[in-house]
Amino acid sequence: MSDALLPSEFADLEPWAATWSLATEPERWERRMQSSMAELQAFYDALFPRAEDAIAYCDGFVLDDMPEDAERLLQLLHSLLMVSYAVEVWKQPEVVHCGSARIDRILEPRP
Amino acid sequence: MARFQRPAEGTWTEHYPRLGTGPVSFEDSISPEFYALEREAIFERTWLNVGRLEQLPRNGSYFTKDLPGVRKSVLVSRDTEGHVRAFHNVCRHRGNRLVWEGTPRGESSGNARQFVCKYHGWRYGLDGACTYVHQKSEFFDLKQHELGLAPIHCDTWAGFIFVNLAAEPRQTLSEYLGPMVGSLEGYPFDQMTERYSFRAENDSNWKVFIDAFQEYYHVPPLHTHQLGPTPEAQNPEYEFEGAHYAIDGPHRMVTTSGTYKHNWPAEHLYPAEALSRSGSTGPWDAPDLGDSLPGVNPSGISRWGIDNFQVFPNLEILIYERNWFITYRYWPTSHNTHVFEGDLHFVPAKTARQRLANEYAAVTFKEYALQDCGTLDGTQMGLEQRAFGEFPLNDQEILVRHFHKTVGEWVDAHRCERGVSTR
Repeated sequence: MSDALLPSEFADLEPWAATWSLATEPERWERRMQSSMAELQAFYDALFPRAEDAIAYCDGFVLDDMPEDAERLLQLLHSLLMVSYAVEVWKQPEVVHCGSARIDRILEPRP
Repeated sequence: MARFQRPAEGTWTEHYPRLGTGPVSFEDSISPEFYALEREAIFERTWLNVGRLEQLPRNGSYFTKDLPGVRKSVLVSRDTEGHVRAFHNVCRHRGNRLVWEGTPRGESSGNARQFVCKYHGWRYGLDGACTYVHQKSEFFDLKQHELGLAPIHCDTWAGFIFVNLAAEPRQTLSEYLGPMVGSLEGYPFDQMTERYSFRAENDSNWKVFIDAFQEYYHVPPLHTHQLGPTPEAQNPEYEFEGAHYAIDGPHRMVTTSGTYKHNWPAEHLYPAEALSRSGSTGPWDAPDLGDSLPGVNPSGISRWGIDNFQVFPNLEILIYERNWFITYRYWPTSHNTHVFEGDLHFVPAKTARQRLANEYAAVTFKEYALQDCGTLDGTQMGLEQRAFGEFPLNDQEILVRHFHKTVGEWVDAHRCERGVSTR
């Protein structure tokens, strides 16, 4: 019995799954806001080089009927996109010039 | 040098001479008295979008929608014959809010054969008729057939469900929407059923936020990062030019050309854009909707990007060249607060790659919308300072000018009808 959260082909990403395999945008947003830039950069640097392979792997399944480990891999990719704005655009977790504004995502498709 | 054909008058604003070109007052956005009138003059008389037909997939489907500005909850249902109906979400017996889950302050949705009041158990059919009164014999002269739910005028257009709170609407929905908005009737909105919904409570008048989304003059200075990571893309002094503007009654629209980032070389893209093949203008690999898209790009520009339809009073429909659309709705809650709802609609993803492209578009929407929201309370506070009585608006801000003029006209007409002096 393996305790692995991700498909074995992505064992190298296993350390990130507990933190960043998050099912919903509100969870991913909160995680980004509570992370340091060093943490966000480390996750981004680990995920990005593996992202194309991970997308190809997930594309091997029907979207509405994915095995749990593949779904967690897809959640990691969602988190990569969430983190990319902090790393690539703003250079900080928060949106530049957003003041005290808050926008909640209240409905989204799964997975 | 203009990049797009302009009207003979040379500017869009002067093409509509009724608008004038002088400075404009925003007193309508900071006055509690004006807000009280606006609520009656506009929100209790116009057709208001409360949802889409996809939210009522079968007979018996229902949802409730809060209209906080007018302190009403509307119950929208599809009855046993498939007709869409709207009612005040209030029990006829003692006035309890009828349908809710968790808290009567929240919205809810689901499927039902009947609606049952949680308070004393009165029941209503999907057509609003009262079907059961608990211990009916205890009442006096009760005429059950007269005790149905209070109906609200309701009609649909292109899959959008509208209600009108007036006792007798002065125009049908179709008359109200007019030819310009009506031209979108055949657009395949109904194919875009994958929905991402956002909600924000903002500290500004509802019109102040609408103004931010009906001109693109603000985009280069405020959204400096949006076009890409290179210095030439991040030019706050870039000179935007709208391709086409049109006004039809209380409604208005603007067309912009597209960035077509799907054709850009990788060095001009953010890495996540290249990875997801998506961004602020949507997924690059657009779903095939056929060659003919009714109503879009009305002026026929060659690099069409977005049509931005502002449906009076508080609905915005943004149609993108990559075959998806966004709706914004703005619900006033006081003279200087409102609830903002943004809904992104995509043709449903079939693969993980397509889902990630939709997700990146949805992530991007929130990042830049937060910048728009972030400036709002600053604008509201600045206006409330009353340092200036009027403000200059340029030709790109023609829709802002038209909007405030229209709101003023509706409120003035209402004042006259009530016999209240206008000045």
